[in-house]
Order: sequence, then C-alpha cells, then structure tokens
Amino acid sequence: MKLLVAVKRVPDPEAKIRVKPDGNSIVTEQLKFVINPFDEIAVEEALRIKEKLGGEVVVLSIGPSEAAEQVRTALAMGADRGVLVKTDGAYADPGIIARALAEVAKQEGFDVLLMGKQAVDTDYGQTCGMLAQILGVPCASFAYKVEVEGESKRLVVVREVDGGLETKLIGMPCIVTADLRLNEPRYASLPGIMKAKKKEIRQISLEELGVEVTPKLRVESLEEPPKRQGGRKVGSVEELVRALHDEAKVI
Amino acid sequence: MLDLYQTEGLLPESSRILRHSVREFLEKEVRPGILEAFHTETPPDMRALAPKMGALGMLGAFIPEEDGGPGGSYCDYGVVCQEAERLDSSLRSFIAVISALVMYPIWRFGSEAQKRRWLPALAKGEAIGCFGLTEPNAGSDPASMETKARKVQAGWVLKGRKQWISEASIADFAIVWAKTEEGIRGFLIERGTEGFETSTIKKKGSMRASDVGELILEDAFVPDEALLLKSSGLKTPLSCLTQARFGIAWGALGAAEDCFEAALNYAKDRKQFGAPIASYQLVQKKLVDMFIGITQGKLLVARLARLMQEGKASFQAVSLAKKVNVALARECAAISRELLGANGIALEYPPIRHMMNIESVYTYEGTDDMHTLILGEALTGIGAFAKEA
Repeated sequence: MKLLVAVKRVPDPEAKIRVKPDGNSIVTEQLKFVINPFDEIAVEEALRIKEKLGGEVVVLSIGPSEAAEQVRTALAMGADRGVLVKTDGAYADPGIIARALAEVAKQEGFDVLLMGKQAVDTDYGQTCGMLAQILGVPCASFAYKVEVEGESKRLVVVREVDGGLETKLIGMPCIVTADLRLNEPRYASLPGIMKAKKKEIRQISLEELGVEVTPKLRVESLEEPPKRQGGRKVGSVEELVRALHDEAKVI
Repeated sequence: MLDLYQTEGLLPESSRILRHSVREFLEKEVRPGILEAFHTETPPDMRALAPKMGALGMLGAFIPEEDGGPGGSYCDYGVVCQEAERLDSSLRSFIAVISALVMYPIWRFGSEAQKRRWLPALAKGEAIGCFGLTEPNAGSDPASMETKARKVQAGWVLKGRKQWISEASIADFAIVWAKTEEGIRGFLIERGTEGFETSTIKKKGSMRASDVGELILEDAFVPDEALLLKSSGLKTPLSCLTQARFGIAWGALGAAEDCFEAALNYAKDRKQFGAPIASYQLVQKKLVDMFIGITQGKLLVARLARLMQEGKASFQAVSLAKKVNVALARECAAISRELLGANGIALEYPPIRHMMNIESVYTYEGTDDMHTLILGEALTGIGAFAKEA
C-alpha cells in the first residue's frame, strides 16, 4: 500500500491567538505551532494500515520552511519519508494547496491519500474536495473507521452522520479525511525522533511544481471574538424569560 | 510563556518535538491524579506508568541505543526533567533516579552482563532501580558512611543502612555504595536477597507523591558479579550525582515556570480595588522578577546541555546550575504562593505543592550550601567543607 498523508502546520489550539494591527493576519511571534490535530489522526491511521498490510507512508506538507518540524514530527511517529512544498511566506489558499498536493500525489502515486477533515486554523475543510476533483478520485470525508477490504483494492469507510453511521465502499486510489474519533494518535517517541533524523524530507517550491501561485481567495479581515460580558443575576423566572426574549433574543 | 530570548530556539528540533510529546503525555496520563497523589501521600502506580514513560524514551534519554537506551541527548534528558517537574518534583525525581543514578552507573561502571540485563529493561520502564548513598549519619559528607562490604568467598557481605532513598520500596534492585578495603565501591543488590529489606518513610511534608524509604542491609550476601567492576572511590557515586543534578537544574525550571504561570493567570483574573491585581506595580514587580529569573535559568541550562553533550561540563558548572535554578524555583514558589493570597495555600493551585516539594530539592543532591562550597573551592583553591584537612 502506498499511503500519502497531508499535514498542515497550524498554531497550537491551546494558544491564545491575537490579530495583528493590519487586521487580516495573526501574530505569529511567540506562537507555538503543531501538526493540525485532525492531520495527526490521519497520520496515525496511515501508520496502522501500513503496520497491517505493509507499504510506505509519505508525509506531505505545504507551508513555510518551518513546517519541516511538523513533517519531522510525523516521521518521528513512524512515517517513512516526507515532502515539503515551500510557500516562502506567500499566502496559499485551499485551491493552491489542492493543486500543489495534486502535483505531488501524481509524482508519488498512491493507493490512499489521507488528511484531516479540516485544519483547525482556518476551518475551511475545502482542500479534500478540490483535490479529489483535480485527481479524479473518490473521496470519503469525516471517517470514523477505515478498513481495507481484502485484496479488492477497495476501502470500507464508516462515517458519523446525523443520527447514526454511514458505511461507504470506495475504490482505490482514493482520498479519506479523518474525523476526531477515528483513532488516538501515538506520541512521537525519542527513539522515533532519533530515527526520523535520518529520514528524507524532499523540499520543493510551488514554482518548481508548476503551480499557479496567485490566490483566488483573499482574507479581507480577521476579528477577535467579542469580549465576554459579565453575567447578571435576575430576580425571577419572569424576568429571566423577558431578558432572554427581549434582550438576548434567543427565545 | 513569553520567551523573549527565544531560548526554545537554542534547543535542537528533536528536543522540541520530544517536549511536545512529553507534555501531551503527562497532561493526559499524570496531571489528573497528581493532586490526590500528593494529598494522600499515595504515589502514582509507577509499575503502570514507567512502561509508558519508557515507550516515549523518557528514561535514560542520553544512553545510546546500542547500550539499550533511547539514544537521545542530554538536552532531551533535560527537557524530559523540565516537563516532569512542571507537574511535580516527585515525577522528575523518579526520572532522574532511573536515568542518572541507576542507568548511568550501570552504563559507566557496570559489567557487560549487568548492562545487558538491566539497561534495556530500565529504559523500557519494565525494571525499576534505586540508589543508596545517603545514610542516617552521612548526608553531605558521604565519605563518613558506615555501610561496609566485606570480601568473602565468591562474593561480598554488606552491612549498613541507607536513608531517604527514592523508589526504595518499589525498586527491583538497589545500587548500594559501601566501604571496602579498596575504598568506596558500588554493588547491585536485588530484592529478595537474604538480609536485604526496604521500608517506606511516611508522613512527609514534601515529595508526597514520591516513594521514599530506607534500605536495610543485615549481612546481606551478594555474589562477585554484583560488584560494579569499574567503581573506585567516592568519585564514582559523585559522578552519578553530577548527572542527576543536571536533571534537577532543568527540572527546577519546570516547577518555577508552573508557579509563574499560575501567578500570572491569577493576577490577570483576580480583581481587587476595582482592577486586576496584575495592574498594580507591586504585583508586576513580582511577576517580572520571576520572569527574569526563569529566562536566565533557561539560558543557563541550554548552554549546560551542550557542554554535557560534548563531555566538557565540569561538576562545578553543574553545581552552579543546580544551585541557581533550585533557588529560583524556591523563590518563584514563594512569590507565586503569596500572589495567590489565601488561594495560594489551597492544593487546587500548584504553588504550595511546588513550594513543599522544592524544600526537598533545595537540600538533596547537594544542599544549596554544599554547592556554594564547591564553587568557593573552585574559585579559591581552598576547600571549606571540613573543619580539619
């Protein structure tokens, strides 16, 4: 099995995000970055498939050169090698990312390409669909369980849907996006980290891939959530209902 | 926390990745139970926890893979200690004991058979060892130890008592230091050896999440193979202490950081006289004092880790870092406790627990005063440890 996993470098979900005075980007100084948690789940799933059926796990990332640290982390978890497409500070919208991933996927070839269902920084969740369209392969999103069906080159993907589970059977090559409960990712261990030092990370630029780098999407502005207002005590149920109806307008 | 000197950038990428793994692991596996462990003086189940720590490479991080260790660096060992002591000194104690006081002497002074048998098992967390140097009447002056090893046919007979031994009552074996006719030497004594017993010290006011006890040797016989072959004289156990003190210098920073963060968060939230207490100058001064100390401490250990890795760190350099960072942690715990007011005495907040723990750390592995004298001797060439030469 040839397994590709796309991982994105994102700010630590625990970190406090501040908007820059320019109003359309965030302060990255002093900010800790991690692998997008959903992508980490995708890495874990790829490793489990490989451990069961053999093959190779290749990690792909698109971002600044610092994203090599996230690729290295995935290699420390057990992936075999990495490819980093460097954006060199340029803004890459989901379309650019999808086209770059498609180019690398074509170069590499794959049976299954995994990624998180969305990145926790932008929450777009668009890349997988675009990528499937460009590559002309099926895509199973929000995977809750993934199994390879015998020798048939087909994948059984169980998805969580409203009120139950949906089981899909899709042919390979295909794309799968990982949901939260697919698995619990392993930690990068020290022996794994030492092994990862010797693994290859191929670095390549968007231009070298021949991907058009003009984004079609522009971030107009970012706003911090409104400051939480203090609560207040009400004297009676009537007053509460009135406040909810007239002021908060939630009932 | 704010890292104005970008100290994290002084560490290799591998240590930064390891820090992330270790922090996530400890937050999930250890944080939830640590308060109760401390409160009830019931240490976490290390038989269950150690294998998980071992799988991550948290035990004996600097021991090479070919000798059965995880194959990391001194910086990795430091980062593990720092993250562990952010949670509780007892956890860092466990890691430093296994890494520096049990694995290190076996690695450096043990026979091939001892290395093969114990190092991989210790690194995996499947075996637990302890280190017996301190005695009821021999603390800062280990040369005055009373434990003796007498050579007999095919082995040695040990007699004596070791006190304040971390992991004494759970260890599979102890590295015991005893006087022989050729000076102080180390012996590996397995649990179950006749005449070898351990006990637990209870009602401690510090390190309450830690197993601390005694080793009692009543004419315990060990075969020749139990001797740490290459051990010779007091400098052997002292070299182990240098390894442990290095881990403490990193660990104490973790405790200091946890106290600082608790104080900073509290000061921003807590309102008095109509404003967050963080807006008052006296409070800001206290926060800044802690922050400066922690920044300096980080620079110190980042440099020290490099020297250790290159084999260039003197024991005096390690003493300096141990002394400075533990004093810093003690100061930060006290300031943080104070800033939290009455809440500062509640175990629900970390400062008072760190404060109690650090009292142990302040005087173990060389008291603060002993490190002053080590540095004093380095400066003047005159030892001021004993009344008479």
